[in-house]
Amino acid sequence: MKADNSKLSLDKLAVGYGGNALISDITLSLQPGEILTLIGPNGAGKTTILKSITGHLATIAGTVFIDNENMKMLSGKEVATKLAVVLTDRIKPELMTCRELVAAGRYPYTGSFGMLTTHDNEVVDRALKAVHAKDIADRDVTEISDGQRQRILLARAICQEPEIIVLDEPTSFLDVKHKIELLEILRGMAKKDNITVVMSLHEIDLAQKISDKIVCIKGDRIAAYGTPDEIFTDDKIAELYGIEHGSYSALFGSVELSRPTGAPKVFVIGGAGLGTPFYRALQKTDTPFAAGIIPKNDLDYPVAAALSENVITTEAYESVSDEQLAAAKKLIDSADYVLDAKPPVGEFNGYVEELRKYSKDKLSEVIK
Amino acid sequence: MLSESKNNLRYSAVFTVLILLFFFAVIWNINTGSVHIPIPKILSIIFGRNASDTTAYGIIWKIRLPRLMLAAILGGALSLSGFLLQTFFRNPIAGPFVLGISSGAKMFLAIVTIALAGFFTNIPVTVTILASFIGSMLSMLLVLLFSGKIKNMSMLLVIGIMISYICSAVTDFLINFANDADIVNLTHWSHGSFSAASWAEVGISALIVIPTFIVIFCLSKPISAYSLGEGYAQSLGVNVKLFRVMLIILSSILSACVTAFAGPISFVGIAVPHIVRIMFKTSKPIIMVPACVLTGAVFCMLCDLLARTMFAPVELSISTVTSAIGAPIVIKLMVSRRSKNES
Repeated sequence: MKADNSKLSLDKLAVGYGGNALISDITLSLQPGEILTLIGPNGAGKTTILKSITGHLATIAGTVFIDNENMKMLSGKEVATKLAVVLTDRIKPELMTCRELVAAGRYPYTGSFGMLTTHDNEVVDRALKAVHAKDIADRDVTEISDGQRQRILLARAICQEPEIIVLDEPTSFLDVKHKIELLEILRGMAKKDNITVVMSLHEIDLAQKISDKIVCIKGDRIAAYGTPDEIFTDDKIAELYGIEHGSYSALFGSVELSRPTGAPKVFVIGGAGLGTPFYRALQKTDTPFAAGIIPKNDLDYPVAAALSENVITTEAYESVSDEQLAAAKKLIDSADYVLDAKPPVGEFNGYVEELRKYSKDKLSEVIK
Repeated sequence: MLSESKNNLRYSAVFTVLILLFFFAVIWNINTGSVHIPIPKILSIIFGRNASDTTAYGIIWKIRLPRLMLAAILGGALSLSGFLLQTFFRNPIAGPFVLGISSGAKMFLAIVTIALAGFFTNIPVTVTILASFIGSMLSMLLVLLFSGKIKNMSMLLVIGIMISYICSAVTDFLINFANDADIVNLTHWSHGSFSAASWAEVGISALIVIPTFIVIFCLSKPISAYSLGEGYAQSLGVNVKLFRVMLIILSSILSACVTAFAGPISFVGIAVPHIVRIMFKTSKPIIMVPACVLTGAVFCMLCDLLARTMFAPVELSISTVTSAIGAPIVIKLMVSRRSKNES
C-alpha cells in the first residue's frame, strides 16, 4: 500500500460470514472529510461491509487501513479514538439519561473507573450541541423518539472524537424532517471538522445529494464506485436495484411507479409543471395517457416521460415543428377525452392555444 | 450539570440509609432469637469481648454472628451475581437460580451423595460444599460453551433454563432409586439455609467473595460499556469475547459459592438488582456493584431473621422467605416496567 494521506482505505477487502466471502475485491480510498455512501438493494451486504470496516466482523481477505496503518495492528483503544460507530442495534439501557449515553463515548479517554473530567464534560456538551440535543440531555433514553435517539447516538459517536464515523442506515425509521436534519449534521461534521463519514443509506435520492463518493453493491461485488455524478444515471440505478416496473430519475432523485400500458385514452395538455399532478393521478387509476407538447427542458418532462410512452416533445429551446403539432393532434383524435392542465400561454407556446382549440369538443372539465 | 449534583446527592443519601440499615439488621439479628439479649450487652460482648455471660457470649460469637455474617456475605454475592447475569443476558429475569446453577449443584451433589453413601454414614460438610461448588461451575460451563455458538441472548437464556430442567430430571431420577437415609443430607441442603454457619465457612466464603467483588468493581467501566450492547462495547475498545467469558466466570464463582454454603436460594439474584436500580434511579455499574452487595447483604440478613423467627421454633428455609418477598417484588416491577415501556 503506497503511503498517501488517505484517512480510510480498503485494499482488496473480502467480507462475509463464517469464512465464506459474500462480497470480494472491495478497494477504495477516502480522504479526510469525505462522505462515502453504500447503496444497494436489501440484503446486498451493506451492513456486512460496514461491520468488517469497524472490526465487528472478521475480514475474509484483504486489509482495512486507517491512516495507512493496518487496522488489525491497532489496539482496540487506538481504533476507538479514531473510528466511532452508529449501529442499527436496538439498545435499551435502563435508567440512563441521554447525557449519560452520550458520555459513554468518552470511554477510550477516561480513567480506570470511567470518571468524567471537566474536559470530558465539555466534549459531551459540544457533542450534544452539535446534534441540537441539549434540550433532551436529561431525558431518559427510553423516552425519546426515533429521530432524537439517532441524534443522541450520533452525539455519542462524536464524543469519541473520531476521525472516521461509520453509520449503518442512520436514517431508517426517521421522517423526512429528521432525515434531512441528521444528514445536514453529518455534512457539517465532514466539512467543518474533517471527519470522514462512511454510511449505508436506503434513500438513493439522499445518497446522491450528500455523498462525495458512492459505492453500489450488487451480488458478490461492487457494481460501481465513483462520484454521485458518475453513478446516478437513470439506467445504472434501475439496473442496480433491478427496477423493472417504475423508474428512477437521477436528476431529481425521484421515483415514479410503473407506467400504465396500452393505447392512450387521455391526452393531457401540460407544461410548466402543471401537468405532473395529472400524470400521477392518471397513473394511479392505471389509465394510459399521452402528453404534449412538452419541451425537454419543461418541469413536466421527466414525469411525463416516465409515466407515458406517448409524449410529444421538442428539444430544449427549439420551437415546435409542424410534424410535432400534427402528431399531437393525431393523439388527440384517438383519445377519448383531453385534459387541460391550464399551462400559461406566452410568447413561445402558442401551440397550447392551438391544441385547446383543436380538442374543443373533447375537452373535459377536471374532476379532482 | 444540575442533575448530576442532584444524582450524587441521591447516591450518598441512599448509601447512607443502606449502611444504617445494615447495622440495624446486624443488631436486630443478634438481638432476636430464642434467647433475648439486650442491646447494651450485645455491644459490650462484640466490641468489649466481654465474656462474663458465657451463654450470651457463646450464642453471639458461635451462633448468631457467624450466621448473620454468612447471610450478609452470601446475600451480597448472590445479588451481584444476579446483576452480572442480567447485564450479560440483557434480560431482567436472568439470575443464578433461573440459569440452572442450583439445579446443576443439586444434581452433582446427588450423584456424589449416592456414590459415597456406602462409605460415609454422614457426608462431611466439606464434601457437600465442594460437590455443589463443582456442580454449579459445571452447569455454568455448559452455558458458557453454548454462548460461543449462540449470539442471541434470549435463546441462550432459554438454554440455561433447559439445562436447569435436565439437571432436575436427573436428580429426581437418582432420588427415586436412592434410600431415603442416604439422601437426608441432600434434602437438608436443598432447603437452603444459613443455619449451622461456622466461622470457617464465613472465612472461606469471604476469601472467595471479597476478591471477586473487588475484581468486579474494577470492571465497572467495561461493564457500563457492555450494557450498551456488544457492538458499541467493541467499538469503544472492549475485548468483547474475553469480557463475556469473564462476566460468566465471575458470576458463576459468586453463585457457586452461595449454593455451596447455603444451598439454593431463590429470587435474591433477580430481585435485589431491580430494587437497587429503583432506589438509586440509575444502572451505572460503578453504583450498582457496591449497592447490590450492600442491599443483598441487608436483604438476606432480614430474610434470614424472618426465616428463623416467624414460626419459631420451626425454622423456615431461606428460599421460602426470599421467594415470598422477592417474587411479588419482581412481578410488581415487571408490570410497572411493561406499562411504562409500552405506553
